[in-house]
Parts: sequence; structure tokens; C-alpha cells
Amino acid sequence: MESRSSAIVPGARLRGFGGVMLFAALAACARTEESSVAVVTSTGAAGVSVTGTVSVVGSSTIAPVLGELGRLFEAGHPGTRINVETGGSTRGIVEARSGRADIGMVSRALTVNEQDLAAYLVARDGVALILHSGLEVQSLKREQVIDIYTGRIDRWVGVGGPDAPISVIHKAEGRSTLEVFLDHFGLKPTDVRPSVVVGDNQQCIKSVASIPGAIGYVSIGAAEFAVADGVGIRLLPLDGICATTANVRAKRYALTRELNLVTDATVSPVTRAFIDFVLSSDATETIRDLYFVPIGD
Amino acid sequence: MTEARIHRSTTSKSDVAVQTASWLALVALLVPLGLIVGDLLMRGATSLSPQFLVDSPSKAGREGGIGPVLLSTLLVMGVCLLVVVPLGLAAAIGLNEYLRRGGFAVRTVRIALDVLAGTPSIALGMFGYAFFCIALGMGVSILAGGLTLACMVMPLYVRLSEQALRTVPDDVRAAADALALRRYTAILRIVLPVAAPGLFAATGLALARALAETAALLFTSGYVSRTPGSLLDPGRVLAVHIFDLSMNVPGGDGPAYATALVLVALLLSVSGVPRLVRGFTRRWSHPV
Amino acid sequence: MLLAVIGRSAAVTVAGLVILIAGFLLLHAQPALREIGFVRFFADASWNPSPGPEGRFDIVPALVGSALATALAALIAVPIGITAALGSTFFVHRAVARLVDSGVGVLAGLPSVVIGLWGLTALVPWIARIRAPGASLLAAALVLAVMVVPTIYVASRGAFKSIPKTCLDGATALGMTRIGILRAAVLPTVKPALAVGAVLAITRALGETMAVVMVAGNVAAIPRSLFDPVRTLTANIALELPYATGLHRSALFAGGAGLMALTWSLVVLGRCISRAWSGEHND
Repeated sequence: MESRSSAIVPGARLRGFGGVMLFAALAACARTEESSVAVVTSTGAAGVSVTGTVSVVGSSTIAPVLGELGRLFEAGHPGTRINVETGGSTRGIVEARSGRADIGMVSRALTVNEQDLAAYLVARDGVALILHSGLEVQSLKREQVIDIYTGRIDRWVGVGGPDAPISVIHKAEGRSTLEVFLDHFGLKPTDVRPSVVVGDNQQCIKSVASIPGAIGYVSIGAAEFAVADGVGIRLLPLDGICATTANVRAKRYALTRELNLVTDATVSPVTRAFIDFVLSSDATETIRDLYFVPIGD
Repeated sequence: MTEARIHRSTTSKSDVAVQTASWLALVALLVPLGLIVGDLLMRGATSLSPQFLVDSPSKAGREGGIGPVLLSTLLVMGVCLLVVVPLGLAAAIGLNEYLRRGGFAVRTVRIALDVLAGTPSIALGMFGYAFFCIALGMGVSILAGGLTLACMVMPLYVRLSEQALRTVPDDVRAAADALALRRYTAILRIVLPVAAPGLFAATGLALARALAETAALLFTSGYVSRTPGSLLDPGRVLAVHIFDLSMNVPGGDGPAYATALVLVALLLSVSGVPRLVRGFTRRWSHPV
Repeated sequence: MLLAVIGRSAAVTVAGLVILIAGFLLLHAQPALREIGFVRFFADASWNPSPGPEGRFDIVPALVGSALATALAALIAVPIGITAALGSTFFVHRAVARLVDSGVGVLAGLPSVVIGLWGLTALVPWIARIRAPGASLLAAALVLAVMVVPTIYVASRGAFKSIPKTCLDGATALGMTRIGILRAAVLPTVKPALAVGAVLAITRALGETMAVVMVAGNVAAIPRSLFDPVRTLTANIALELPYATGLHRSALFAGGAGLMALTWSLVVLGRCISRAWSGEHND
């Protein structure tokens, strides 16, 4: 056999080549990370010259909005980097507290144990009941909703609908939508008899659209969009008030949750600038675009 | 080894049964594939365009394209393969050629590999975050993501490579020994070339599995959709982009399915490349 | 010898990784194991992990859910994967085989979220027509089967392809039927490879998260039929971890550790069975 070892020895050659590549890559990227304590090169005018990195961690509900706002902020402030990561509201709180993250994203109101953090209310989000669009049920009374979710009524005929089984879609433990929902209807987690348990809003919407006879509860904004997009769900009015973002904005709709940003006591100038941006009127269009209700409204 | 055919000499009723069963199995294999890809085409084809592959995402990904995401994906896969192929192949060689077969060490390592293969990707993602990002100080980055992915994919690659090495009959090794060839020469010049087709298949499957991984990478290579400037920057991979668009962003379905189609195209090209390379090395994979 | 050292140390590194990961899970699970206690994970009435004394941490439904979904998926995927590989290698035209190989390559690389979405939008409504809610053990098993069949196919195909042509030609020359050839010449040599493929697939199914979360229904109760919803250990972690604190979080990690223990026991069991089956020590 000729000495064509280089061609027929993927292992040895790759090992050598790979080792060199890895080393070169690592050496090339040993650049100094810009610290998040920024150098403000000029004072005064809002948003003029902050630089630095801001790490934003937490709820995956708020992450898309903050990601988009971060992109806009970076475009207007060269030299800044806004790094958004998900991992849940709990992670947002923990890492804001420990300093690993500059800003935490929390898709609920803060509890009594969390008052050591500074909270900034960014937007509100309504929570609405949705039904599979094929169901001929126009509205539900409060007691009916409670009976459905506790399993006392398990067929639609019991609330004036067709004789079909009710598939109760419920959220997984710990989510703020669940807590707000249970709180409003005076239920404890152990009272609920679900048919299906889901994670986030989109999963709930898609599940309700896929299962005939399904009922669930989701963020109003996401549901409104889905309906407009032709997804097979329908929003149910709550106590006679229609579930729309307009009603949430007008504070007529009762079931809402808060979307917050949290930081610990001291923030760097670039973090401060970014938070100011998120709370400013420049950001409201983006927030509205992703179907939440900015606090400015 | 060339592919062999079983030629028909005698046919019995059970022969027909086996043949029918294998045809049915092939159909059963391809039907879900067809349904899924068909679904993707139906929902995602309209959002596809050449610009889609190059532009950056905007409006949380509902507009624009996936250019930076593609780059991040290629970088993460690159890091992963650079670690998995050499290390995994070395491990497979170690397990099959050097350590005592059936000995305690080999059995333990194999069990460890199988257990690693069963770790939920979320757990691996959290481990990767704690170990690579925090403890080793890489931060959420492409490098950390690639290394975590390497952990995820390693068992698959090692086991399949081992299988490939084992298809080389021991007489070949004995013959090499009889010719007074040193062990490593025998491995490099004889065993590896013969096992090459299986090794390439192992690489292909490992890469496919890596491209599919979401949860482990979400926590380690990140969520940021910006173009990465270096291996220490965060960047989201295609699978994470698809996940975010379909599960977190209202109105993200169209681009999500389009991105999935891009991923399918990538997979098709990945399974094509090993065959091309194999074609080149085919001449050397026959021992005689 | 350099290659020997590299080879051996690589093998050991890989094994060391497992110990690190197991250690990591146990470290985080420790508070739960201490405060809740091992027994309560099996004895509590339900899984309602609220903070405070009303918290219930019965992990049995999730354990059973994981085991059932995986077992069913294996039952579906293993025969199909092996038989398809058989067909590809021996019974169909080479071009068709190459097509199937590419197709399987694509299937292997589809992210779980893609397969999960398809499951939710196409499979669940179809099952719901038979019995509500559609998100069920059956859906979970089918989706898992789709995800693991490529591994079985590739492992089996590699094994079948490595049978020497001379061996098969010789058997044909002796006038053996196809099935006879398979039984006598092919199957004995490939059994270990098939076992490897099956084990890899089963462990993958146990660890699969996202696709299962979307189609399984995720109600923490032991399913009484194929059409009942089921929760797996991985779905438990995925659904609750982002929002869990303190003891609840720790309990989820304990579930993860339990999953690794389940995987380990299945792997060891699989090895004992395959060793008994083939007589010799294969591995």
C-alpha cells in the first residue's frame, strides 16, 4: 500500500488539523471583553455616547421584545451590545440579584421577598379564555368556568354547547398566567383537573386550535394575533367585557399581569440608558407590535 | 466493503413475507418524513427567498432573514465536530483496539457512554452552562455551545464508530500482526480505511443530531440573533431560532417553517458530502 | 505508544464526563433529597409542588410516563428500523437505498421542535377524532418513534453492509432461501450492532424533551390507556424549571438524577439480555 496515509487517515490528520485550528481560534478570540461599567464619553444629551455590554436575562415571554429593543438601541448607540438570554422569570430574579445579569426580565409582579430589587414596569398583558373555534359557545359565566376547570362539568352540553367532551388546557406550575388565572377564579392549584398541561402561550394556542372541544387561557395579545392570522381559536369575553388589548389599555378588562424589568441597587450608565430607552415613547411601538400594552398607554 | 445483494436462488413463502415486510418498513420510515417535510413546505415556502439566507432578523425575527443565525450555526457545528471527531475516534480506537476487549474498563466506559446518551438535553444544557460558561469562564458563547454539543453527540459518535471498527474482521488484524506490523500502523493503514464507510456514516448522523439540538444550546450558545464577532460571542443556532419563532413570537410561524426548510436543505447536503468523500477514498477501502 | 495513550485517555475522559454530569445533577438535587426525603418522591399523593407544607412531590407518574412512552416508542421503532435497513441493504435497488439513506439523514436532523409542531398540528387532531384530548401516550410514542428510528436504521444498515459479499454468494450458491441466509449468515454477526442501535435509540427516547412536551398532554397522572395524557420526567423538568424556585427546583433536579438512574438500569439490563441472547460476550 502506498504512503497515502494523509488521505486514508481521517482520524490522525483531523486530530492534528483540528488541534491547530482550535488553538488558533481561541487565540484569535482572546479579545478583551468590554466591561459593563461604561465609559461615558460625553454627558448631557440623552443616548448620545454610552458604550458597553448589557446582559438581560429572564422570561422567554419578554425576551423577543427586549431582543428587538436591544437591536434598535444598538443601532442608535454604536459601541453598545445588548445580550438577551432566556431561562425563565426565576433565573431573571436570581441573576439580577447576584449581578451575573445587568437586567432581569420577570413576567409577573414581584413578591414580598423580592423587594430588594428595583423593578420597572414595562408593559401589561391581559389573560383571556380561548375556545376551539368550532365550538358554538358564546360566553361562559364565572361559575361555569370554575366548574369546567375543577372537572365538575366535563361535556359541553352542560354549558349549553354540543355533546362533546371538554378538553381543559391548563398551564404548568409556576407560570404567572396560571397564577393570575387561578387567583381571579379563587382556585387552588390542586383544585384543577386538566386534560392537557402546556408550557408557553403559543403551545396553548396551538393546542386549543388542534383539539376540538378545547378551552384554555392565554395572553390576550398573542391570542388576538392568532385570531387575525386565521388560527382556529376564539376569545371569550370575561364578565361581559370583551378580551381585547384595547380593553386592557382602557383598564376595563380585569385579568392582567405585569411585565417587569428588575435590577439590583446599582446600575452602570449603559444599563441605565437602555432601561430609559425601554420605558420611553420610542419603545412603545415595538412593544405594541409584539402584542403587549405599554405602560405609557 | 461493497454492498452485497442476496441473489434469488430459491424463493419460499417466508421469503416473500420478509421482502414485503422490508418494503412496508421502508414505506413506514418515509411516510412521516414526507408528511413533515410536506407540512414545512406548505407553511414555510412562501417566506423563503435568497435574501432570507443573508439578511439579519428584524422585528424579533418575523421579518428579515437568518444570515447571522446561519453563521452561528456553522461555527457551533464546526467547534463541535473539531472536538467530537478526533476525540471520539480516538476513544473508539482505544475501546476497540487497545483496551482489553470485554474487560472491566471497556464495559464501564460503554455503560457510561450509554448513560450520557440518555441525559436529557435540558440537563446537559444546564451542566454546560455551569461548567463551560461559568466555571471555565467562557460565558454564553459559541465556543461553550460547541463544547456542550460535543458532549451531547459524543456517545452516539463513539458507539457508531466502534461498530464501524468492529466490522473489520479480526483476521485482518491477526494478519497484520503476523506481518510484524506495529499496532498503530495496522490501525491507521488497514483498519481505518476498511471501516471508513461506517465512520463516515457515524459522522453524518452525529452532525445531523447536532443540528437538531435545541435545549442544550439555548443555555450555552445563547439566544442573541446578532452576527457573532468571535467564538466567544453568543449566537443562536437554527434550531433555537425555529423554537423561538414558533413558541415565543406571535406571528413567527411563517419564518419558523422557512428556517426549518433551510435546515432540511443543510441536512441533505450534509448527508451528501460523506458520500462524495467516500467516493474519493473508495479505492483505499478495499484491503485487497 | 502515542495512539494507545490517546485512545485510552480519550475513553476515560468520556466516562469522566458522565460522572461530572451525574455529580452536577445530584449536587442540585441534594436540598430536595434532604428536605423532602427519598421516600416521599414515591409515597406522596400527587405532583403539586407548591412551596410550603402543601407541596406534593410524587414522581411515580412521571417515572411511569417516561418508561411507558419510551417502551412503546422502542416497540414501534426497533422492528421498523431493522427491517427497513434489511430491505435497503439486500432487497432494493441501490438507487432506492441511497434515497432512503438521504431521507433518514434528514429525519435524524429535524429538531424536536419541528417534529413536535407537526405532532401537535397534524397527529394530535387525528388522534383526538378517536378519543379526546388527542395529546396522549400514543402521540408521544409515535413522535418518539419517528425521532429514534434513524439511529436504529443507521446502526443496522452499517452492520448489514459489512457482511462480506463472499459470505452471501456462498450461501446463495448452496441454494439457501433468502430467509435462510438471513437467519444463518446475517443475523448472528449483526446482533451486537442491532443491540447498540436499539440501546442508543432507547436512551435518546428517554432523554427527549421538546417534542414530547408538545404532544403528550403532560398531566401528572399514570395513564390508563393509550389515549390518556402522560407526563415524562423530561417534560416535568422542561415545563417547570424556568419558573421554579428553591425546593421545587431542587426536586426537578432530583427527577433528572432519577432519569439518569433509570437510563443506567435500562442500559445494564439491556446488556445482560443481549449477553444471554447471543451466548458469547459481545458488547
